[in-house]
Amino acid sequence: MTQPPKGARRSYGVKTAPYAFLLPAAVLFLLFFALPIGYAVWLSFHRTEIKGNGLGKGAKSEVWAGLENYASALTDPEFLASALRVLGYGAVVVPVMLGLALFFALLLDSRRVRGRSFARLAIFLPYAVPGVIAAVLWGFLYLPDVSPLHHLLEKAGLPQPDLMDGGPLYLAMANIAVWGGTGFNMIVIYTSLRSLPAEVFEAATLDGCSELQIALRIKIPMVAPSLVLTFFFSIIATLQVFNEPTTLRPLTNGIPSTWSPLMKVFNDAFTGGNIYAASATAVVLALATFALSFALLRISNRRTTQGASR
Amino acid sequence: MTGLASPTLRKAAPAAGTTPGVPQGPPRPRRTALLPTAALVLGAVYCLLPVAWVVVAATKADDELFSTFSFLPGSGLGDNLTDLTAYRDGIYWRWMGNSVLYAGLGAVLSTVVSAFAGYALAVYRFRGRELFFNVMLTGVLMPPVILAIPQYLLMAEADLTDSYVSVLLPLILSPYGVYLGRIYAEAAIPAELVEAGRVDGAGEWRIFTRIAVPMLGPGLVTIFLFQFVAIWNNFLLPFIMLGDDEKFPMTVGLFTLLKQGASQPALYTLVITGALLAVVPLIALFLVIQRFWSLDLLSGAVKS
Repeated sequence: MTQPPKGARRSYGVKTAPYAFLLPAAVLFLLFFALPIGYAVWLSFHRTEIKGNGLGKGAKSEVWAGLENYASALTDPEFLASALRVLGYGAVVVPVMLGLALFFALLLDSRRVRGRSFARLAIFLPYAVPGVIAAVLWGFLYLPDVSPLHHLLEKAGLPQPDLMDGGPLYLAMANIAVWGGTGFNMIVIYTSLRSLPAEVFEAATLDGCSELQIALRIKIPMVAPSLVLTFFFSIIATLQVFNEPTTLRPLTNGIPSTWSPLMKVFNDAFTGGNIYAASATAVVLALATFALSFALLRISNRRTTQGASR
Repeated sequence: MTGLASPTLRKAAPAAGTTPGVPQGPPRPRRTALLPTAALVLGAVYCLLPVAWVVVAATKADDELFSTFSFLPGSGLGDNLTDLTAYRDGIYWRWMGNSVLYAGLGAVLSTVVSAFAGYALAVYRFRGRELFFNVMLTGVLMPPVILAIPQYLLMAEADLTDSYVSVLLPLILSPYGVYLGRIYAEAAIPAELVEAGRVDGAGEWRIFTRIAVPMLGPGLVTIFLFQFVAIWNNFLLPFIMLGDDEKFPMTVGLFTLLKQGASQPALYTLVITGALLAVVPLIALFLVIQRFWSLDLLSGAVKS
């Protein structure tokens, strides 16, 4: 082989290098994202058909089922109940968690506050605690015999609510999510607060604005994009809640095995043994996530372009 | 609350504004703002409370757990540790080791893959660049269960379920890691430097290892930590993939222990002690590595 001139070899390298660098990611993406997604979609349109007495080889075969699985997934009362439960849970978690994250981020960013780095690290700390372990810790703190809350209520002679059943269960579950998620969202918002130009605040201060006014009128509108981002990820995380309710189940009878949609999917696939129905439910969930994401992105885009044109 | 807070803030405002000549940073605080500081401390207490509780609860013996006040230390820490270690020939430490293996090896591989892909997306202009990036990012939105069930079935086809690789392999590619890798590489690596390297006759691989990797330092540490935490905290995938509890990571192990505790309450003290020991290494890791990374990097914010 003739040695190509140096310049040519270099440009050849520049041309192929990016593909070589992307190769591992691309292979992993195909194997563990694209292939499973395709397979799940395929499964969702099929069902098993049993021929004869259902015994022997070839008695079971996979046949096209059309939208059958989707129809039954969408009309399954258990699925609808789990979706409603998670909507109720999300209606508590998302506003409270993001409200607190924004509140703490603004406090960290305000001027005369002490103990900033300690508070920042402490509030971020639950991020390092696995969801399962967070649920174990809080689960015990909810148990009447262990809970300090119950202890205090008993001392005060007040009625003690069962935190693991009915209405309080939503709050108890939401508390775990808020505890685990506030810190991460706080960091995202705080980071974008710190990247704002300081001159704006100095000018506002000279004009006699209080810190509170600056926060409400200037800071919050300016970090709107990161609020949209955190909102977006919180909704996705809420739709996917699985670990915490699954972990709490052994401690109470108040949580059914299909409490959240993901638990329902898991149950169908591995306990019920109907992977076709489970796949259809999973695809419905994925489509709901995408629809929500695109709707959110469109709304936030419209808002930012409006802001720019003004 | 607003009525109370605003007069003091107003009074302080002109004082803060009297030092416009200071070149950088906010003016030196004159007085601590009590309400905001108190609110932050309250937030910190709320976040530390369960961790403080588990430290106390791990010292309680079986009978003390349900009978003494939650935050009163007990007398059984030594016994609890011995019991936990003795339980089924030390399977707890096996789970701990498995978690370290999954999270450690997984995070290293994941960081390498993210660095490669992020670097390629940031530095080169090539066909399919944006397409690749966008397709990868939609992976972020994918509910893990839509992946986990077919991943399980496909692993079963390949006869790989209930193995270490079945938990390790699917977690190596992280779309968020690739996204961070791209952002860090765009901010940290000037195009002129890459060009200069080429003019000097360095190959693409050499430019990456000698120029890019050292400049990406803090970014790579952040990706590593993010992935380490994500894999350490993962529950669904190993829960689905694994049947043999010798291969369980900490999360699945503790869950099964808790589940058995429902009929054998004596196991609860083991669960609590186990939870404490599982939380400590991660917190320690955070505190130690804190000087090498910045929390802010996690949100993808890079100062240019």
